[in-house]
This record gives sequence, structure tokens and C-alpha cells, in this order.
Amino acid sequence: MPVFYDVEVTSRLMLGTAQYPSPKVLAEAFWRSGAGVATVSVRREAGGERAGTAFWDLVRDLGARVLPNTAGCHSVREAVTTAHMARELFDTPWIKLEVIGHADTLQPDPFGLVEAARILCEDGFQVFPYTTEDVVLADRLLSVGCRVLMPWGAPIGTGLGLVNRYGLRTLRAQFPDVPLVIDAGLGRPSQAAEATEMGFDAVLLNTAVAKAGDPAAMAEGFAKAVEAGRLAYEADPMEPRDMAAPSTPVVGRAFLA
Amino acid sequence: MTLRATVVGGGVAGLCTATELASRGVAVTLVDREKRPGPHACSWWAGGMLAPFCEGETAEEPVVRLGQAAAGWWEGQGVPVTRAGTLVVTLGRDRQELDRFARRTHGHCTLDRAGLAELEPDLDDRFDRALFFSEEAHLDPRRALGHLRDRLPALGVQFRTGKTDAHGPVFDCRGLAARDALPDLRGVKGEMLVLHAPDLRLGRPVRLLHPRWPFYVVPRGDGVYMLGATQIESGERVRPTVRSALELLSAAYALHPAFGEAEILEIGVDARPAFPDNLPRLRQQGEVIHVNGLFRHGFLMAPALARMAADLLCNNVRPELMNEDHG
Repeated sequence: MPVFYDVEVTSRLMLGTAQYPSPKVLAEAFWRSGAGVATVSVRREAGGERAGTAFWDLVRDLGARVLPNTAGCHSVREAVTTAHMARELFDTPWIKLEVIGHADTLQPDPFGLVEAARILCEDGFQVFPYTTEDVVLADRLLSVGCRVLMPWGAPIGTGLGLVNRYGLRTLRAQFPDVPLVIDAGLGRPSQAAEATEMGFDAVLLNTAVAKAGDPAAMAEGFAKAVEAGRLAYEADPMEPRDMAAPSTPVVGRAFLA
Repeated sequence: MTLRATVVGGGVAGLCTATELASRGVAVTLVDREKRPGPHACSWWAGGMLAPFCEGETAEEPVVRLGQAAAGWWEGQGVPVTRAGTLVVTLGRDRQELDRFARRTHGHCTLDRAGLAELEPDLDDRFDRALFFSEEAHLDPRRALGHLRDRLPALGVQFRTGKTDAHGPVFDCRGLAARDALPDLRGVKGEMLVLHAPDLRLGRPVRLLHPRWPFYVVPRGDGVYMLGATQIESGERVRPTVRSALELLSAAYALHPAFGEAEILEIGVDARPAFPDNLPRLRQQGEVIHVNGLFRHGFLMAPALARMAADLLCNNVRPELMNEDHG
């Protein structure tokens, strides 16, 4: 299983905790999928006096390792402040760093992301940056201290899957030893299987499960898909070829006829 | 012998429970810190939609089934209920949201542009497709709460505002304040606005589906509209935020530009009491029976819960939504 900052997680599936019909359905999704990491937002829920406590207690009880995030932050300062609040709330150095650069596509702000990652890494955080598939940006994030990267498959909530396969394949090839998690944009288990089949270590998703008609069943589907993809990756799959190749020899016909 | 009961809490759960008990001859004492329904109760900020089918998009089955009796119950108490249905629309680029909503709910038909214009002339040309839930209804929550409150004395209900000795079993309808006794109860913050848009005429609640900001508008009459509502996992009962107001107002403006010139009458905030499955229930703790967890379904589900409370006390019928035996 993947190792993030010296911690081996229990599953290649990581789930967000927002938008479920109820906390009970959220818990069922974790239970049925065995997802190993739960991301949770704190920015909007915190309120004046730690008013989000009841929901955070439910998240702690999911049995997964908690990865708080800075969802909804549009500036470096906002993200850094939120990360500090999250560290205090969940008593963890882990932080999924989101610095949103574009309100409509929710695309990461690469410049703010590197700056916020630098500040947080210096401060002892273990940063999981939500980034694009850009190789140069990945390099910058690693150079300021990140040891895990979370490239998007597609913009958050779109369910489009891996829209830039070439870019993602390049990223994987360039950083063979860095844990890479496909974060955001996945809609169906087949897309998640494709990600782990390409060698990505894990996937993180939220909307695709939370907004499914049966979130728990969809979560289980994703868990099986990421395992299937990983098995294929490790099994060294055959290359596609143009010519049909029967698995039993064809007799009685001249070759190359 | 006359049965006695004490109802604690004068929000929608308490008032419905007191009404239902008193209607069946129970001598009820209602305890609330205020004499009249007001902003201290979470139901003061409600939308007042009686929309069991639409809620079925995310709510569990009992909400859809039991909620269908709500409009009739309110009418039975003399509360004006508008039975005009609900419209569900979406902006052009989110068309799939409408298909998804249609798949996950029932009790609707699809309207084309002409059909929509016939129901809501002001929405003509704004949307080319809508779902219409003809069996749904809405009411004015504040008027409904006031009406129930004013009827209770005639039903023999006594009012207390301070601490008081309980007479008979206690029905605890305090909502989020009952967290001291119900550790699995949590608050879900909601923010809403009330606008005066005299240029716009809408006759029924309209829901605008959006992948990020689900939104509804409920007409309150005389050009007044309630916009709702955010749903944030937080027990905070104060501090409506700029971001939430922006989301609600942007959605309103997208629904109809006439909201751009509307007057903002009110920005409201409170936290809904909810159990982990977001279903309401009765829960017995010794002499106390909690009626709680109405979440975003106060006016929709309080009548059903009140009936169950009365059935339990008067006929010893075990309620369907009791303790944890459901969901």
C-alpha cells in the first residue's frame, strides 16, 4: 500500500466527506469501501467557536486517517491560516493544500500553491498539494518540501476522468519515486482503474461517491476498481497491437496468406 | 381520568406536538422561554416548503411517505396552505442535473417552455425545460407557528416561560438545545434571505439545481420571497457570511434578473437539529420522550412526529420512528 510521509495507508482509495445525504450514508460509504483516508474541510465549518465539532467527531469515527484540507481558500494567507486551524483541530501534520486560482473551474493557483507549500513545509506540515499535471510545477512543489503530489484528473466535480493522459503519464514517468494521488475529476470506477493502471498510487474523490444514487455501493465499486487497476499495473499488462493473435494456434491455414 | 403531558419547546416540533396532544384531550403544559414563536426557534427561519417528493432526492424513504400527509394536517389546523406544486429548473450548462433529479424522485412531470410559461409567466424565456411536482405545497412558516400558538389556549393548553414542574410525561421538543441529553444530535447551519421583489410574480416554490449551490425560492405573497438555504456542517447559530449571501443572491439573480432590484429585508441564520441519518425520531429516555432531529424537514415532518407522540401517549402505539429502529 502507498506510503505518505512514512505512514502506510490501508487502501488506495481516499474519500472526501462532503455532500453526502447524511453522515450515516457517509459512514456506510467508508465501511463498505474500506477507504483509508478521509479528507475534511474546515474553512467554512469552523465558525466562531469551533461550531463544526459534532461533524468532525463523526469524521474521526470513520476509522480512516483524517486528511484535513484547505478547500475554499483562494489566497496563500487564507490557506496557511486554515492549515494551522486544521492541525490544531485534528492533531495531525497532514494537510491537503488547495489554493484555488479560478472561481469557475476551481483550477489550482500554481504560484500561490508553491508559496503556501513552502511556508507550511517550513513550519513542519506534511503537505499534500492539489496540483495540475504540470511537471515543472510538480518539481517546484517537491523542491519546497512536498513528498506527495495530488494532480487532478479533471476539474473538481466534473467527473470527466483523466483528461490529459499524456501529461499524467509524463508526470508519473518523471517522478517514479514520489507517491502520486489522482485528486478530483473522477466520475466512474473505470476512470479510477485507469489511474492506478497507469501507476498512480491512489485516487481521491468525493462528488462521484457522495452524489451517486447509492453512495456506499459506488464507494465499494471505486475500491474494487483501484485495486483492479493496481493489480494490472503490477502484472505488466500486454501492449495493444493491431494484428489479431489467437491464443490457440490456428492450424490448416497458410501463414501470412 | 384526563391524561397530562408537558411539552418543552415552542418551535414547530413543540407546537405541533402540543396541538396534536391537546386535540386528543390531553391536558398540556407548554414550556418555552418566550411567550410567542420568534427568532429564537430554528423553525422561524424555515422555508415552509411541503415538498416530500423533491426532498426524496436525498432524504430517506420515510420523509417522502410521511411528508405527504403534512399539507393536509396543516390545513386541518386552519393554516393557509398553497397547493400549487413545486417547479425545478436548472441553468443551461447544468442540464444533466435536471435529468439526475428526475431519476431520483417521483411525482413529477416534465414541462417544456410553453408549459412552464403557462404556470409561471414571469419565467417564460428563462428556461426551456422544468420538472413540475404538482402534488406539493407550501406555507408561510411564521404565520403557521403563530396560528398554532394562538389556537392552543382554546384547546386548554397552559403556557409557562420559566422553569416548571412537569405534569405527566415530558415531550422534549427543544431542538438543538437538547444536545445536552442527545449526544448524537448535531447542528447543520443554514442561512437564508428574505427579499421584496414587487416586479416579479411567482406562484410557487422554484428550485434551481446547481452542482455547487442548490437553491430555492419560496413566495410569501405581496412580492416577498424567501431564498434558501445553505447547509453547512456546523452547529453555529449566528454569523451569516458574505460568501453564503453571495451564493444565494447570485442564484436568485440567475433565476430571474428582477431579483437584482429587490430589496433585502432580512438575512437569517440558525442551525437545524439532525441525527446522523438526518431522519427525525422520538426517543425515550426514562420519563422524557424526545421529539427531535427534524433537520430541514420541520414543517414537513413535525405533523407526523406529533401524531406518533400522541399515539404513543394516548393509545400506547409504538411509533414508526422511535429510538433507532428504522432508517
